[in-house]
Amino acid sequence: MAKVELKGISKVYEGGVRAVDNANITVNDQEFVVFVGPSGCGKSTTLRMVAGLEDITEGELFIDGQKMNDVPPKDRNIAMVFQNYALYPHMTVYDNMAFGLKIKKVDKAEIQRRVDEAAKILDIDKLLDRKPKALSGGQRQRVAVGRAIVRHPKVFLFDEPLSNLDAKLRVQMRAELSGIHTRLKATMIYVTHDQVEAMTMGDKIVVMKDGKIQQIGAPLYLYNHPINKFVAGFIGSPPMNFLTVKIIEKSGQIYADEGSFVLRPAAEHVEALRKYVGKEVYFGVRPEDLAYTPKASTSENDMPTSIMVIEPLGSEIHLYIKTRNQELIAKTTPNYTFHIGDEAHFNPVMEKARYFDKETELSILRDQESDK
Amino acid sequence: MRIVPEIRSAMVLPNRIPPKNPVSTVVIYLVLVVFAVLFAMPLYVMIVTSLKSMDEIRLGHIFALPQNPTIAPWDYAWNTAASGFLNKGLKSGFWNSIKILVPSLVMSVVISSFCGYALACWHVKFGGILLSCLLLCAFIPFQIIMYPLIKMTAAVKLYNTSFGVSVIHTILALPILTMIFKNFFSSIPTDLIKASRVDGGRFLGTFVHVVLPLSPNIMIVVAIMQITGIWNDFLVGLTFGNVQAYPMTVNLNNITQTQIGVRTYDVYMAAAMLTAIPPLVIYFISGKMFIRGITAGALKG
Repeated sequence: MAKVELKGISKVYEGGVRAVDNANITVNDQEFVVFVGPSGCGKSTTLRMVAGLEDITEGELFIDGQKMNDVPPKDRNIAMVFQNYALYPHMTVYDNMAFGLKIKKVDKAEIQRRVDEAAKILDIDKLLDRKPKALSGGQRQRVAVGRAIVRHPKVFLFDEPLSNLDAKLRVQMRAELSGIHTRLKATMIYVTHDQVEAMTMGDKIVVMKDGKIQQIGAPLYLYNHPINKFVAGFIGSPPMNFLTVKIIEKSGQIYADEGSFVLRPAAEHVEALRKYVGKEVYFGVRPEDLAYTPKASTSENDMPTSIMVIEPLGSEIHLYIKTRNQELIAKTTPNYTFHIGDEAHFNPVMEKARYFDKETELSILRDQESDK
Repeated sequence: MRIVPEIRSAMVLPNRIPPKNPVSTVVIYLVLVVFAVLFAMPLYVMIVTSLKSMDEIRLGHIFALPQNPTIAPWDYAWNTAASGFLNKGLKSGFWNSIKILVPSLVMSVVISSFCGYALACWHVKFGGILLSCLLLCAFIPFQIIMYPLIKMTAAVKLYNTSFGVSVIHTILALPILTMIFKNFFSSIPTDLIKASRVDGGRFLGTFVHVVLPLSPNIMIVVAIMQITGIWNDFLVGLTFGNVQAYPMTVNLNNITQTQIGVRTYDVYMAAAMLTAIPPLVIYFISGKMFIRGITAGALKG
């Protein structure tokens, strides 16, 4: 059982490119931590530094309290699953899984026992004599996971393991990996660019961008309390809408003026917004927090829009809508019928709205949020 | 598996489409037959000449079949022809060539595959510069460095020995072989190497258990290159070799370069055939293995 700590870890490549910049992450024992971010954000590099496949330029790495900076990968007691599975093509499934143990000179009967056990967990016990090329993508993936399991490592590292699978299989393997995590009670670090995988699998998510950690937190915390515009837009699908609004003050009340309509921020946000009176900010609202109102209401916070594109998904409808000069996406129940070009009115749930500084893109509400 | 297309592209496997038009089929076969005859002609002349008596050769019908086939020229060339220091025919040269070939083949393949593996699969400091140097070295003509090499081998007492010839062959082959291996190993997915490192494979273990099993084809290609190249070499053997242990090619030259007496073409041809047989055999055997390697590794999957 192991705790992994990254203290101020940076990776600087020859030529001065900072791939990872001052990463501080603590992965607790038995925790499933997901590194997520767009491609090139440094998440895989960070993982490879934990694995020992990449030198650490600055900072310290601890696994189980032991400093690991200069320890070779084989002595770190880790196992890694690669994006393209990296199965040895000339070995059978059994030999692929047993390879690491054979090198460690583990007793033959013990190897047999561990491989059989892992094969049973992954439901690949009938494939042990096959070569990787005779396996489907999903089966190869299982073998790759099996190869990690048999070694009984302290830490499992996954480098985008599901991105080569088709959509349906990905959903299935996602659940299976979560199941394996629960069953093995192991510490796992998982890298993905898919925020859905991050949300569904992680105990804790580390959002990265351009080599820098943006925010670390539980999936729902990140969803509800994003620290900046990037995290807000990255977590959640369809992504959060951002409207440029101007904060104004009218007879003591704070309003957000979009140009074609005016919104009244929730009471708990007023204090933070008061500093921005006269300035433009990003008003962030998730598609599911835009409540459709069949008729133009005279009440507050009415957003008049026109419908540009309709995407019926069966259980829900995604509407691409347009205010006078800004576009956004709304998610509604399929109980209504829409037509392209129609006018549609929405009521944003103001308590769930977020506000971001136009220059720093940081959440204006973050002081309040760090308390929660 | 991802590796398959990569190995396949390294082997350059053409997609053959059989022609549908019967006219083009005839043309294709015609061209093939003409060229085959053209290339086989010298070989045919050599064989028939080597089986004729000198009287028959003097008639000048070089394409005619031998009237009284005899293997006496072959026997003479192999056992008794004046081939150099000992005048015991080609057979001593044959064993000398083997003695030169085996060590140089082993040394050059082992060292260059190791270097290529290190350059392709591991992070080597100044690896790029090293590789550029190799590229440069691969194109330096042997004649330019011959004299310094002689001085150097003499200094380490390797000059005038068969092993010295092997060492020179190894050194001369290293740059190009290292590059060939490096290019091939670069096509092995880096994740395989990383997986092996995480699994506990060290430099050598990864090479033996992961890289080598994926590389039989390139090994065969390099082996063919080396065996034929070393066997056919004349200059290195002549300049560095022991006068009493010259390779077969030097012996062959000695036999055919006689300045006095009758030019015994029958013996010359037999001697030339004897010298050429080993590379031919290698081509036939390894050619088959080569194709088997391709079909086993690349076509399935």
